[in-house]
Amino acid sequence: MADTTHTASFNRARSADESPVKRFFRATEIDTRLLGMVGAMLIIWIGFHFLSGGLFLTSRNLWNLSVQTASIAVMATGMVLVIVTRNIDLSVGSILGFVGMIMGVLQAELLPQLLGFNHPATWIITLFAGLLLGAAIGALHGVIIAFLNVPSFIVTLGGLLVWRGATWFVTSGRTVAPMDSTFRLMGGGTEGSIGATASWIVGLIACIAIVASIIHSRRQRKRFGFPRRPVWAEYFLSAVGCALVLGAVAIANNYGWPVNIARKYADANGIAWPEGGLFIAHGIAIPVLIAIAIGIIMTFISTRLRFGRYVFALGGNPEAAELAGIKTRWVTVRIFALMGMLCAIAAAISTARLNAATNAQGELDELYTIAAAVIGGTSLAGGMGTIAGAMLGALVMQSLQSGMVLLGIDSPLQRIVVGMVLVTAVWLDTVYRARAK
Amino acid sequence: MTEQRTPLVEMRNISISFGGIHAVDNASVDLYPGEVVALLGHNGAGKSTLIKILSGAYRRDAGEILINGEPAEIGNPRDAKKYGIETIYQTLAVADNVDAAANLYLGRELRTPWGTLDDVAMEAKAREVMGRLNPNFQRFKEPVKALSGGQRQSVAIARAILFNARILIMDEPTAALGPQETAQVGELIKQLKREGIGIFLISHDIHDVFDLADRVSVMKNGQVVGHARTEDVTKDEVLGMIIMGKVPAKAIPGPGAMQMA
Repeated sequence: MADTTHTASFNRARSADESPVKRFFRATEIDTRLLGMVGAMLIIWIGFHFLSGGLFLTSRNLWNLSVQTASIAVMATGMVLVIVTRNIDLSVGSILGFVGMIMGVLQAELLPQLLGFNHPATWIITLFAGLLLGAAIGALHGVIIAFLNVPSFIVTLGGLLVWRGATWFVTSGRTVAPMDSTFRLMGGGTEGSIGATASWIVGLIACIAIVASIIHSRRQRKRFGFPRRPVWAEYFLSAVGCALVLGAVAIANNYGWPVNIARKYADANGIAWPEGGLFIAHGIAIPVLIAIAIGIIMTFISTRLRFGRYVFALGGNPEAAELAGIKTRWVTVRIFALMGMLCAIAAAISTARLNAATNAQGELDELYTIAAAVIGGTSLAGGMGTIAGAMLGALVMQSLQSGMVLLGIDSPLQRIVVGMVLVTAVWLDTVYRARAK
Repeated sequence: MTEQRTPLVEMRNISISFGGIHAVDNASVDLYPGEVVALLGHNGAGKSTLIKILSGAYRRDAGEILINGEPAEIGNPRDAKKYGIETIYQTLAVADNVDAAANLYLGRELRTPWGTLDDVAMEAKAREVMGRLNPNFQRFKEPVKALSGGQRQSVAIARAILFNARILIMDEPTAALGPQETAQVGELIKQLKREGIGIFLISHDIHDVFDLADRVSVMKNGQVVGHARTEDVTKDEVLGMIIMGKVPAKAIPGPGAMQMA
């Protein structure tokens, strides 16, 4: 107890000669780096909004943005763990392509023969097969990296070529379509969204979870006599968290179905077509829910489980981790297997969204995934990175891209801009970290 | 001396070579409970390599290790920990990017009934242990990278005593420290000794360890020059052993002793 009072008075003494802004950040324990990234993203959004004549910050565009981000965001969460351990995975785009193609063939050609067309189990069998395959490919990479001591750069560069080539061989380059109707829900669209009521329910559950976790962590700190945040800071964080969640739900619910689909729906269900059109909200898209769920699970894995602790310790000092008795090689294998599974989930989202499995699916995705993780604050030197940062990084990358599409910028120029932004972002981050020391 | 008791550790005729070079050649050392043995020698004399065999980082080519008189099979750091052997490395082997509590429990995390990390309990215990060791230590939430050399060293030592080490290996424990911190580590060693823990101190600088040690074992070119009780020899005589391999009268010569003409 003496310890607590000491720390408290120590903090108070320190905060007396601090500016109000600094005091605010200390009290709320907000990560200023993450906040900086949110700020940068808002600038990008507002910039595009004005340049495009008010097209960017519309519920329709933001909803699409969220769906487009999902696949890269899912893979970026795994890339964080890979990069934290001083590895790299260049093969994620090709794994996505290969697993996507296998899942496509499975649900469009093999399973209908066995189970019949549109069988309700098709999507789940397909997804499980994809997850297993992704994990197996990732584990294979991991074993070569950890036990045969081939650098991950080389192993996954090989994987990039091998799995892209293998994708071609599955169907000799033919595109497979269409996907199973249930499977397709994972890709979003009018069908693949949960509608207004369910979205509000999800939003409310999220708000309850935010408040509960803040209360829980405060209780835990109190129980062991650790310094706590001021009460106003707890209220502030709860309020901001809930406002963000409910705001996002409101935006998703503000985007209605396209007129012709709504009309079809009205006809099919015998609803009279009202004057001025029928408004049916999309709500949150299923791929976005998947991505958020993955983000929560991966954050849990990386911060609350032993495995996550080992990943970070391994990245900070591989020798120390080994000497502490951690089975570092197996940790590496598990990281790559996990990455493979996330590629499979991303493959499900993107094939479902396209309603086809193509030969070129996921090309260059490895670079966007790495860029998202790095922009999101994952250090290539190892040991540092957060899941939330990487997902936000994916959103920043996608915002840039779809903003440029809105402005009608040619794709070669888009690539130039994305490339320059990546380099600039990492440079700024280096400057920030040097100052923070 | 305590020769009649069973040694805590006995390493007999240990050899290991890397690519044809005999890093350690037929070396034997022992350690009794509550005793501090300094392992001295130049850089490259083989002392760190010898001790890494005991801590499980290297696998010996020949020889045997007895713990409490029983042959022990030590193939990796986890095996060593099972025998109560804890090592504090020269290179300050802490994971830089996680906090003190995470380092203390690295590899042996406390977990809640649901299998998740019990960070709060680990931090509470870390505060308790660190409070005993270094009462000024307050920076529990920061990554170890941000700490001073002495603070990092106290984290490494706390890590060892947290798990009730019976045999403690300290490789250049004070090399990275200032004078005050060195004195602190000295105090700590005396305290651990009273608790019956056997300690190997490894150093290339005799002044660091002479006053703390009960015995010295000197190595040169991978071989043991000799063993001596510190009360029987002077610092200069030990220096002679380190530099020339010359064994004074009251010391027990080993295979690496200079052959007298």
